[in-house]
Amino acid sequence: MRDVAIIGIGLTRFGERWEHSLRDLMAEAGLSALTDAGINGKDVEALYAGIMASGRFVGQEHIAALLADQLGFDNIPATRVENACASGGTALRQGYIAVASGIHDIVAVGGVEKMTDVTTSEATTALGGAGDQEWELNQGITFPGLYALMARRHMHEYGTTVEQMAAVAVKNHLNATKNKYAQFRKEITIDEVLNSKPVADPLKILDCSPLSDGAAAVILAPLDIARKYTDTPVKILASTQATDTLCLAERGSITGLKATAVAGEKAYKASGLKPGDIDVAEVHDCFTIAEILAMEDLGFFKKGAAAKAISEGETALNARLSVNTSGGLKGCGHPVGATGVKQAVEITMQLRGEAEGRQVSGAEIGMTHNVGGSGATAVVHILERTN
Amino acid sequence: MEKASAGMWRKIDSRYNLVGSMCERCGTKYFPQRAICRNCGKDTKMLHRKMSGRGTVYSHSEIRVPAEAFKESAPYTVGIIELEEGPKVEGHIIDNGKKVEIGTKVKTAFRKMYTDGEEGLIHYHFKFIPE
Ligand SMILES: [Zn+2]
Repeated sequence: MRDVAIIGIGLTRFGERWEHSLRDLMAEAGLSALTDAGINGKDVEALYAGIMASGRFVGQEHIAALLADQLGFDNIPATRVENACASGGTALRQGYIAVASGIHDIVAVGGVEKMTDVTTSEATTALGGAGDQEWELNQGITFPGLYALMARRHMHEYGTTVEQMAAVAVKNHLNATKNKYAQFRKEITIDEVLNSKPVADPLKILDCSPLSDGAAAVILAPLDIARKYTDTPVKILASTQATDTLCLAERGSITGLKATAVAGEKAYKASGLKPGDIDVAEVHDCFTIAEILAMEDLGFFKKGAAAKAISEGETALNARLSVNTSGGLKGCGHPVGATGVKQAVEITMQLRGEAEGRQVSGAEIGMTHNVGGSGATAVVHILERTN
Repeated sequence: MEKASAGMWRKIDSRYNLVGSMCERCGTKYFPQRAICRNCGKDTKMLHRKMSGRGTVYSHSEIRVPAEAFKESAPYTVGIIELEEGPKVEGHIIDNGKKVEIGTKVKTAFRKMYTDGEEGLIHYHFKFIPE
């Protein structure tokens, strides 16, 4: 296995991008990544693209070949990767495997979703497919409903409060104000979250990540030739993935995601690092409760201790550990297929020292954590600055 | 939800009669029915077992923004129910005026779930009712 580095990154602004189609968005992010790496489409040997539900959202399948053509790649193998909201992170891992194995040198990884062309109830139905269609969605349990069930149980077992959950949204919106790519560049207050429209009790609309359009891309290369392309390659120290039952009710516990814990443990083992070594993390805050679960499952806090720590500012920008500096899914937006790749773009910016007003000082090691559905898939990457 | 119609006619035993599975080899009980035991893999010896339908609320939520098929029923309460046989299952909790909390005892009731498409095909399913 060879060491792998990220040599180029590209991102679109997230949000309602009405005037831009799915292929426009991918072209915008892809072109930025190619330009950043100083290569052309003809240099790319393979593409892995994370897209969750383009068939439901825009009626287009067979997306990877379409994107490879639109990006000017040269009849290369192109593969769509679908793992619900973890499609992007999984695509990154497939790209990593392709380069690490020696099969390809220069690989493009993309993630994209165009979600705002359909109504909210159509989108709710499409996202419901991330859970168990037969035993959850068909029972009227929406995707926010699944996280609401986890939140209620976490409140019951650990005394977590709606105010502490709201603090996650407040922190991530504040970070998003410093990110020009973010969907919401507006601060919110605890009271605004608590008084926002109920979606699935105890979760309100401001506990939920939004429907978004957007795309992200990274270019991968073997570390030993990465400096041909960039002075600031970012090394991938670990790329891990785990699964769990699709149906929430079939899990022993719902106050944590076992897939996250397993992928996290594997990532620490592969990198020889521990939670305390991480300077900056992008974690999967599709709902405020999800960031609390992630902080505990990834070992940053003891079970039941994260909500209080977050609300006391321990994961604010440049605090003990900076979490979701991009604004996370909550503040930056959540075009589902793009999210896992965007997390890697944000951490790369942080490790290169290019994160502008939201830069974590002296960031050396970063983590990304991408979840599919209510936790049936989790993907973790640990990235390291090399310059 | 029309696309899911065919699926609603499968596993009728699970949907209508709350029939789950039990691995004869290791004793693990499952709901819904499945073919392969998580513990025993290829050595699974699965039997079908009707659940009593009694259980307690493990978690619950009031759904205010529903998926398309449930637009007319919202708001409604859903929950995870821990059946007395052990497995947990998700479903609707019927509002009979009783307060729903973690630990509330419930039993199954057979009810209309939703009306499908223009033809108005009605789907039935078990729901839970507080005791
Ligand atoms: Zn067994």
